[in-house]
Amino acid sequence: MPQKSIRQALNEALRQEMRRDPRIVVIGEDVAGGAGSEGQRDAYGGVLGVTKGLIGEFGEARVIDTPITESAIMGAAAGAAVTGLRPVAELMFSDFFGVCFDQIFNQAAKFRYMFGGKATTPLVIRTMIGAGRSAAAQHSQSPYGIFTTVPGLKCVVPSNAYDAKGLLIQAIRDDDPVIFCEHKLMYDLRCEVPDEPYTIPFGEANIVRDGEDVTVVALARMVHFAGEAAEALAKEGIEVELIDPRTTSPLDEDTILESVERTGRLVIVDEATPRCSIATDIAALVADRAFDALKAPIRRVTAPHTPVPFTPTLEKLYIPSPDRIAAAVREVHGYRK
Amino acid sequence: MPAMQMSREELLGAYRSMTTIRRFEERVQEEFSKGSIPGFVHLYAGEEASAVGMCMHLGPKDYIASTHRGHGHSIAKGCDVVGMMQELFGKAGGLCGGKGGSMHIADLNEGMLGANGIVGGGPPLVVGAALTAKTLGNGHVAVCFTGDGGSNQGTTFEALNMAVVLKLPAVFVFENNQYGEGTGFSYHCGSGDIAGRAGGFGLPAVKVNGDDFFAVHEAAYDAVERARSGGGPSVIEVDTCRFYGHHSGDAQLYRGKDEVKHLREERDCLQHFRRRVSDAALLEEAELNAVDSEVAALIDRAVATAQAAPLPPESALLTDVYKSY
Repeated sequence: MPQKSIRQALNEALRQEMRRDPRIVVIGEDVAGGAGSEGQRDAYGGVLGVTKGLIGEFGEARVIDTPITESAIMGAAAGAAVTGLRPVAELMFSDFFGVCFDQIFNQAAKFRYMFGGKATTPLVIRTMIGAGRSAAAQHSQSPYGIFTTVPGLKCVVPSNAYDAKGLLIQAIRDDDPVIFCEHKLMYDLRCEVPDEPYTIPFGEANIVRDGEDVTVVALARMVHFAGEAAEALAKEGIEVELIDPRTTSPLDEDTILESVERTGRLVIVDEATPRCSIATDIAALVADRAFDALKAPIRRVTAPHTPVPFTPTLEKLYIPSPDRIAAAVREVHGYRK
Repeated sequence: MPAMQMSREELLGAYRSMTTIRRFEERVQEEFSKGSIPGFVHLYAGEEASAVGMCMHLGPKDYIASTHRGHGHSIAKGCDVVGMMQELFGKAGGLCGGKGGSMHIADLNEGMLGANGIVGGGPPLVVGAALTAKTLGNGHVAVCFTGDGGSNQGTTFEALNMAVVLKLPAVFVFENNQYGEGTGFSYHCGSGDIAGRAGGFGLPAVKVNGDDFFAVHEAAYDAVERARSGGGPSVIEVDTCRFYGHHSGDAQLYRGKDEVKHLREERDCLQHFRRRVSDAALLEEAELNAVDSEVAALIDRAVATAQAAPLPPESALLTDVYKSY
């Protein structure tokens, strides 16, 4: 099977779906780039190249460059979705949701409920998350937890190229608004990805690694950090069961609960800030529904309650590390009541 | 289009639609005061010529987006009045199953994309609806109703610019009723000229007298035809007035002495219409009276139905969040 990067997998998913369904349009700032200039059209293909080449195949009518105007992009995508298109809108950096959240949070997410089930809003919002590039406080956040709090939105956070392709195709075919979060440091990460289109259902976690001692739940880049920690811990005789939920809304609660029922010990790793987050949500879920199985306190390994710092030294401290994850696992593994 | 060029059916249709809106709103005010309608209602009485003059040029497949003051737009676009009244009463048979209420009343089958609780919420959505029409090449147009209050929102500016950039079949109607909630237009609009702003975004714009149905109807014809024939978006500023407060129950302390009395006497678009067609002998007095009776019966039926209708079942709380779970 061919090896592909996440960037290639996403591009392939978009291309295959756009060929299948003429109602799919890509819309956003510099999704092609070069409009209204003397230089090259498709100069960017998305700032990190995910939509490169689509305008050549599908033309300006379906690969729509917009001004830098996030409210109008998100609102146009929502309005187009509810009237018969299937837009894939790009919110370049997820941090920019602050500019345009009304159109997502009050409009697109609520149409179906407010209108008594009569509206269908097949909208995908692709957006970049993640720290680690010294992009500082307004270009490095991971606000999927905020998106997850909104009834009506679905939220996808893939950790590898295989999942990225299958989940993006699922998102495009889904009839609800989906926020699709792509970690900006992972676009070149490669794995085996089939050439043909395929889907991965939402709400089905991936058990990345089986283990009997401690359950670790992690998303996006943290899946890989937790995997590194698990390798090191295995040499110490601690077997980690690593779960990647892949979607935070819907969340595969059963897989997490079943694992904790067996291990009795849980560490949650989350690159986002710690308050009212995915980590607290999963901790609450387990405390509520698997309390009797717990042999140790639940530990959360997260970013601190701070903005993302610029300078690499501090940014490295901000992001949960494999060492911090391993330390948390050791702690809950060694805990005795 | 001058009054003389409209058919009798069109004239009667316009009168029926404007009268339906007026009587609907008067009755909603009455029912709200009695406590039959929960929440908030924002009444459109006084502005009827705008919604009807505009929507007469639209078919069911054309789209509109509306505001918190959305009952008039809904009726003008063809939404079922009995279903609307049930929605306001929060009943299961309402247009939105009682889950939207006055501020979110919508009927996608009639091309009505919803009233909107967010001032400036609608303009970007209309950009999207117009994008659908352009992409599918189906010849439909999208019309955004917003107010003088909404004219100051950033979403509105973004939508105007995007509509020009993408050359979309859209019309933006700014219903200037002189108040954003309780703050006067002369204070809240820096330039004092909404239509004048449009030029800066590259849209042609006209100002029309909202007391005059025929003026609105004519401007709307031009704007809709321009959009439909690929001529791009445009703006209409309608100089209008509201007979009630921002919301039903508003004490309206910001109004001048006798302001509403004056508006009702001098600026009633419905009375102007009736006088105009009567003076020109375009419609008979008896025909107009027959429409009045017909509308009164419809509103009575809507209220009686809404009063008798069942509430949504408790199970409705959890449904319709997602299409698939």
